[in-house]
Amino acid sequence: MASASALSAMRPPSNRDEAWRYAPPTELEQLDESQLGWRSLSVAEGETEIETLIVRAGARASIQRVDVQLDRHARLATHVVCGSRNFARVEFRVRLAEGSHFELGGVTLGGGETTHEIVTHVVHAEPGATSSQVVRSVHWECGTGNFLGQIDVVRGAQQTDAAQDFKGLLLDKGASAHAVPQLEIFADDVKCAHGATVGQLDEMARYYMAARGVPPEVAKRLLVRAFIADAFVSVDDEKESERLLELALAALEGAEL
Amino acid sequence: MLKIDNLHAEIDGKRILNGLSLTVNAGEIHAIMGPNGAGKSTLAYVLGGRPGYEVTGGSVTFAGQDLLDLEPHERAAAGLFLGFQYPVEIPGVSNVQFLREALNAQRKARGEEPLSGGEFLKLAREKAGLLKLDMEMLKRNVNVGFSGGEKKRAEMVQMGILDPAFAVLDETDSGLDIDALRVVGEGINAIMRAENKGVLLITHYQRLLDVVKPHKVHILSGGRIVKTGGPELALQLEEEGYEAVAA
Repeated sequence: MASASALSAMRPPSNRDEAWRYAPPTELEQLDESQLGWRSLSVAEGETEIETLIVRAGARASIQRVDVQLDRHARLATHVVCGSRNFARVEFRVRLAEGSHFELGGVTLGGGETTHEIVTHVVHAEPGATSSQVVRSVHWECGTGNFLGQIDVVRGAQQTDAAQDFKGLLLDKGASAHAVPQLEIFADDVKCAHGATVGQLDEMARYYMAARGVPPEVAKRLLVRAFIADAFVSVDDEKESERLLELALAALEGAEL
Repeated sequence: MLKIDNLHAEIDGKRILNGLSLTVNAGEIHAIMGPNGAGKSTLAYVLGGRPGYEVTGGSVTFAGQDLLDLEPHERAAAGLFLGFQYPVEIPGVSNVQFLREALNAQRKARGEEPLSGGEFLKLAREKAGLLKLDMEMLKRNVNVGFSGGEKKRAEMVQMGILDPAFAVLDETDSGLDIDALRVVGEGINAIMRAENKGVLLITHYQRLLDVVKPHKVHILSGGRIVKTGGPELALQLEEEGYEAVAA
C-alpha cells in the first residue's frame, strides 16, 4: 500500500481526480511536480492575519496551494484577484481549531481560452469556528471560471458556522463556469450555507444606463464592479478593497496586472 | 424639435406602430393618451432605442439629427430623456455613482468639462429637494428597495440632474398618490417647461394634465395618432372614453 500511495503522490493530477475535474487536460499534462507543492501558513492562537494573492498575467500556468492551520481563536482573511492569461489555480486547505475564523474573498476574471479556478477544502476540526467564502467569477470569450469548495465539519465540531457563496457572470456565449459545493457534516448543531448561481449581465440594466447616456463599456464596468464587490465587502480597509476592485477591473479591460 | 414621420415599428415580428406621425416644437408639451395596447410604451422605447424594437419604416428627426441613427447613449447625450414606466433596479450601483457617470459621459460627448464630485452633489441635492426626495435615497442603490412612488420621483430627479432638451415620459404618473402626483407634475414643469425644451407625456389619466398643462393632446390607437386636439380633448376622453372619442 505504501508504494501505491507513493505512486499516486507522484502521479500528476488528472481530470479523473475530483478536485481537478474541470481543469483543462492539456494544462494538466504540462504540470511538473515543482508546481504542485503546498506552502504552509499558520496563524497562532488569538492572532489575525491577512493574506492577499494577486495572480498576474504570467507566461505559464500558475498553481498556488496554501495549507492553512488556524490555532484557537486565530483569524485569517484571504483576498484573491486572479487575472491571469493562462491556467491559474488557487487552492486553500484549511484546518480550523476552536473559535477560529477563515475568510475568503476571491475574484477570477479571464477571456480567451483560459481557465481559472479557486479550490478550497475547509475543515472545521473543533467547535465554534466560523468560515465565510465569497467567490465571484467573470469570464468572457471562451474563458472558464471554476469554484470547487469542500467543507468538512467533523464529529463534535458543534456551533460551526460555515458559509460559501459563488456567483458566475458570463459576458459572452462561449464562456462557462462550474461550481461544485461539497459539504460533509458530522455534527448536529451547525450552520452551513452554500449558494451558487451563474448568469449574464442584466440587459435591462444596461439599456437603462444607456438611456441615461452611459456608454456600453462604462455600463459594463459599473455592473461588473457591482457584481464582484461582494467578494471584498468584508475588507475593513476601504482603500485596500478599492485597490483590489481596481485591479480586477483592469483585468476585465485586458490590462496586465 | 421632434418630428416623427410615418413611423412603423415591430417587436418580434409583431407590428405595433403603423404610420405614426407627430411633431413637437420647442416650448411645447404634448400629451399622448390611448387605450391599453395602442403602442404608447412602444413609441417611447422606439424613441429611446431599446434593443428589440425594430423600426421598419418612417423617420424621426430630433434637433436636426436622424434620431434613429444614434445609439441609445448617443440619444441621451443629444438631449433626449426617456422616463421609464418601470424604472430599473441596479443592485450594487448607487444613484450618485450612476448619475455622475451618466452626466459626465453626456458632458464629455458634448465636449464639456466633467463635474467634480462636490459640484455634482450640490446639483443632486438641489434636484432631490425639488422633487422632495430625501438625499439619502440617492446614496442608495439605483431604485433598489424604492417604492413605486419613490422610483417615479427618483426618475424625475435624474431628469433634473441630466437637464435634457426633450423628455419622453412614459406613464410617469402611474403608481403615484395624489400628493406625489402634484410634486412630480410640478417637477416636470420646473425642469422642462421652457421655450427651448419639449415634452412628450404618455399618460392614462387627466389628473397629471391638470398640473402639467399640455399644448396638445393626441390619441394613439392601433399604432397611429387618430385624433389631435387641445387640452379639452383629455377632458372629453375622461368623460366619454376612448371608444366614443376616437371613433
